[in-house]
Amino acid sequence: METRGKVFKYPDNVDTDVIIPARYLNTSDPQELAKHCMEDIDQDFVDQVQKGDIMVAGWNFGCGSSREHAPLVIKTCGTGCVIAKSFARIFYRNAINIGLPILECPDAAEEIAAGDEVKVDFNTGIIEDLTTGKQYQAQPFPPFIQNIIKKGGLLAALREG
Amino acid sequence: MGMTMTQKILAAHAGLPEVKPGELIEAKLDIVLGNDITTPVAINEFKKAGFDQVFDKDRVAIVLDHFVPNKDIKAAQQSKQCREFACSHCVSHFYDVGKMGIEHALLPEQGVVTAGDCIIGADSHTCTYGALGAFSTGVGSTDMAAGMATGKAWFKVPSAIRFELKGQLPGNCSGKDVILTIIGMIGVDGALYKSMEFTGEGVASLSMDDRLCICNMAIEAGAKNGIFPVDEKTKAYLNGRSEREPVFYEADPDAEYEKTIEIDLSKIVPTVSCPHLPENTHPAAELSHIKIDQVVIGSCTNGRMEDMETAYRIMKGNKVAEGVRCIIIPATQQIMKECVERGYVTAFIEAGAVVSTPTCGPCLGGYMGILAEGERCVATTNRNFVGRMGHVKSEVYLASPATAAQSALTGYITAPKEEF
Repeated sequence: METRGKVFKYPDNVDTDVIIPARYLNTSDPQELAKHCMEDIDQDFVDQVQKGDIMVAGWNFGCGSSREHAPLVIKTCGTGCVIAKSFARIFYRNAINIGLPILECPDAAEEIAAGDEVKVDFNTGIIEDLTTGKQYQAQPFPPFIQNIIKKGGLLAALREG
Repeated sequence: MGMTMTQKILAAHAGLPEVKPGELIEAKLDIVLGNDITTPVAINEFKKAGFDQVFDKDRVAIVLDHFVPNKDIKAAQQSKQCREFACSHCVSHFYDVGKMGIEHALLPEQGVVTAGDCIIGADSHTCTYGALGAFSTGVGSTDMAAGMATGKAWFKVPSAIRFELKGQLPGNCSGKDVILTIIGMIGVDGALYKSMEFTGEGVASLSMDDRLCICNMAIEAGAKNGIFPVDEKTKAYLNGRSEREPVFYEADPDAEYEKTIEIDLSKIVPTVSCPHLPENTHPAAELSHIKIDQVVIGSCTNGRMEDMETAYRIMKGNKVAEGVRCIIIPATQQIMKECVERGYVTAFIEAGAVVSTPTCGPCLGGYMGILAEGERCVATTNRNFVGRMGHVKSEVYLASPATAAQSALTGYITAPKEEF
């Protein structure tokens, strides 16, 4: 499993209110919600993002509200992966539960620049910046979480026992 | 090795003699909670996964509080979906308009959550119930769906930071000033993935409303949960209120903490978090040049009876400053009723404030007090992120009810007097 795409770069403490503002949460339709992904800090994101593209951010990505709509809109927009220095815990849990691949890698998150072409291998945790030629090693998921992702999310994993 | 209070509750609910930080466990849940924003997503997941019944109709709580009374047609559709699900599954703790309150004020008040519980809620401020001596944490909708179906959830056992409280708060400070000060010290990810365990002789002087407020904002430091030891105040609060028998846990004397931070309550000052992060704290007294357009007193953080009493004591017989809109939102029906009976509502109206039915409304920029471009609000809520209460160029200053009420009267950020 891998993704390859262009990088959108964001700062520390990107909160779920800017990922998907609460004023739009009067619906749970992912397509409808995805139109507003990141709009309060990056109005161009929704128009520019292509399938497989990668978000790269600083510390504590996804802090704030527990809204699962946040990882859901990032995934629905076509984003293939989020790389950050660290993730807020509820966001981390939600991303796994809905099947949005996320990787913690402070070096990669620091050095990779906006617009770089990046390839990520989820099985090995290897992040390759094709623009600079640099390679980074992220912590791969623990087996418990790999199982949830392999089964296609928490509920699918539960169903299969 | 000894266990922290959180670790002991988790071990008991996982059926294990002991647990260690980092260990993955599956724990039995006492209460699974959702609201009108997160429950619809959970219902869709629950159905999609083919589940047809909840694990226990008395252990699921659904509270319509974010956008009710419904703010628009879409919100009404979401409430309807929650209502139909609650009805078809005979969910006994379903709170609709007329019974509802802001979930984290309502569930402790109604005795739905109690000491020793293991609770998940699809709302990040579910960590509030740690004030009762429970393990309680926020999750997403998929976890809620799985919890409703199985009565269980997986957890990574957290390590802990101990906050050793000593002394007593000055008269113009409350739990809100304590937690804002702590977040200012350790930052918005200062307790990421960890428990915040509050201990020490200073705990005894804090009211239950102070403790609920402090645990409520543990998430704003990135924590998995916040928790207070059970003392006589907790027992008096739970007595005659808890639906189920409370269980009291204590940290082992040799429990391990990542670090211990001492907090001298007597040194706390009225504190304000400036835009756009809760860690951006300053003494209120240093911000007296900041002119404001709106004040909100309410939310799951500060919409409780003591908060209303504080606002009343400062505002009665006075007038809200010209050009300031002051919105007061008692958090539950019971608190609203008491505000009416004690004459607070009359005093608020005479002061020029408005009083709303319980709702999360403005806190998350839903409705009932949205800010326009360039406007500033002093709010007793919990987040001041970009666009949180309205326009992306509006500003939210987080403060205690005393600071908010005092600021409403002057039109500028104002520290409350030493005695009021």
